[in-house]
Amino acid sequence: MLLVVEQFLNGLQFGLLLFLLAAGLTLVFGIMDFVNLAHGSLYMMGAYFAATFVAWTGSFVLGALLALGATLLLGIVLEFVALRHLYGRDHLDHVLATFGLILFFNDAVRLIWGPAGLALPLPGWLTVPIAIMPGVYYPAYRLAIIVVALVVALLLYLVVMRTRIGMLIRAGASNREMIGALGINIKLLYTLVFGLGAALAGLAGLMQAPILTVQIGMGENILILAFVIIVIGGIGSIRGAFLAAIFVGIIDTLGRAFLPDLLRQVLSSTAASTAAPALSSMLIYLLMAIVLVVRPEGLFPASRR
Amino acid sequence: MTISLNARNVVVTLAVAGLLLLPLYTSLSGNVFALTLFTRIVIYALAAASLNLIMGYGGMMSFGHAAYLGIGGYAVGILAHEGIGSGFIQWPVALLASALFALVIGALSLRTRGVYFIMITLAFAQMAYYVASGLARYGGDDGLTIYKRSDFGGLINLSDRVQFYYLCVGCLFGGIYLIWRIVNSRFGLVVQGLRSNERRMQAIGFSVNRYRLVCFVISGTICGLAGALLANNTDFVSPAAMYWTRSGDLMVMVVLGGMGSLFGPVLGTIVFLMLEEFLSQITEYWALIMGPLLLLIVLFGRGGIDGLLGRLRRG
Repeated sequence: MLLVVEQFLNGLQFGLLLFLLAAGLTLVFGIMDFVNLAHGSLYMMGAYFAATFVAWTGSFVLGALLALGATLLLGIVLEFVALRHLYGRDHLDHVLATFGLILFFNDAVRLIWGPAGLALPLPGWLTVPIAIMPGVYYPAYRLAIIVVALVVALLLYLVVMRTRIGMLIRAGASNREMIGALGINIKLLYTLVFGLGAALAGLAGLMQAPILTVQIGMGENILILAFVIIVIGGIGSIRGAFLAAIFVGIIDTLGRAFLPDLLRQVLSSTAASTAAPALSSMLIYLLMAIVLVVRPEGLFPASRR
Repeated sequence: MTISLNARNVVVTLAVAGLLLLPLYTSLSGNVFALTLFTRIVIYALAAASLNLIMGYGGMMSFGHAAYLGIGGYAVGILAHEGIGSGFIQWPVALLASALFALVIGALSLRTRGVYFIMITLAFAQMAYYVASGLARYGGDDGLTIYKRSDFGGLINLSDRVQFYYLCVGCLFGGIYLIWRIVNSRFGLVVQGLRSNERRMQAIGFSVNRYRLVCFVISGTICGLAGALLANNTDFVSPAAMYWTRSGDLMVMVVLGGMGSLFGPVLGTIVFLMLEEFLSQITEYWALIMGPLLLLIVLFGRGGIDGLLGRLRRG
């Protein structure tokens, strides 16, 4: 039982992290109709920036904030230099151009930081276990991720639904010509949205960094997960991304934790230990395929389509 | 059909002649490396051509095409591992397995359109990747070494570099001929019609998805053949052949050469893999140049190499 609670929290934490990544992806897609495969690279850059700045400043929080700013800046530069010329092209062009960016970023990182991964050590106050229930301890850092991600999700919701800039963003998503005609600087708005997406990816990267090693290509696997999430949730829908992310995070984590035991009940133990790792890795892709077969537009399709 | 002397035809003729004469050059110059490189290029060109059939002519953006490379390869590898070395068994199994996989994936994926289609094909390929990684008996993550190449009973010796090269070239040209016949048949015209206006074709009375599905399966099968060749070329097959970035590479080859052009993918593959080879000789960080180059090609090089050659003729 204890294990179930712990794994459930792990799943929630992973899901929320995935949400940060997926939110940026779906914002950029929903508003600019832009498929950004390089989103995973921004996640990776967030992690590398964090590892560097934390080592420089000696403070985890300060380093993380600097890394966040750096990823935001990188996103804005990227949008300004390259990506804004691709809006209005078809999705295949987006996929190819940003695929090129993945190649670029991977080698740029190899050139700057070297081929070996980096470690991002946690400060002492984040490594202590915290009692969440009597007798149940959970790592403080993972708890912090949950809290930060929830706060960011709430802020994102408030910004998009309750502020003037959010209103413009939503208007841009439904009719880009119209808000341009209303005298809104749509180019600036797009740059801002892209920067916001980049910062969210960077935040996900830097928060994940202490749990895994910071390494080249770390964004590629998780990027595909984020795509799975926005496809399941319905492209362009932040609410869909949020629910799908938590769902996927929990399914993936619980699958990895408990599938071997479940399989052992029906299969011989050797067959089970062979099948379990592959099956648990496949689980969410299977989920996505099922969702798409049943509902080709995802679970919560954005209303404009 | 009149063949006119224009830049496109000249380049294609030169490329074809070059591919056919390459072993002569390598035996005269003793440059074995070129033969190794071009065997790989020819195999990938076949895979790219198969992707072009559905992407360029059919308008179906498959982002999971590398899965067939892996399935064709694993069919050869697994049979060889189990002691069945005959190519007469291995290759038909490779083709059949790829066709079946394409049939299932296609039937499910074709329910969606656009980005959803790109993503669902990607998801299925990733599943195949994880299945292969889980095959503990056949090497799992580390891949499977093939100790003996497919045996065609003395008909052709795959271990002989030149014979194997010509087999690959034969498969490539055979594949392109097949694609040419398909594209110009009634069936191919319907598929191309679907790309330009699905609703209209539906209104005329064609069952949209059946045509698309058949085209998807043919493409997957041809790519499975490329997979069987690739496994024989490297004497090795691993899940990495199916990873999603490999599918991206194939897409790049097609677009670089020119989508919906018969020889475009061949030119695209030659340029892409040669570029990769030469850039990696200049610098370890070749992707640092390749990445932005790709971006520039997408931004300014509409229609790929084939489109460029077409413009030369007019200009």
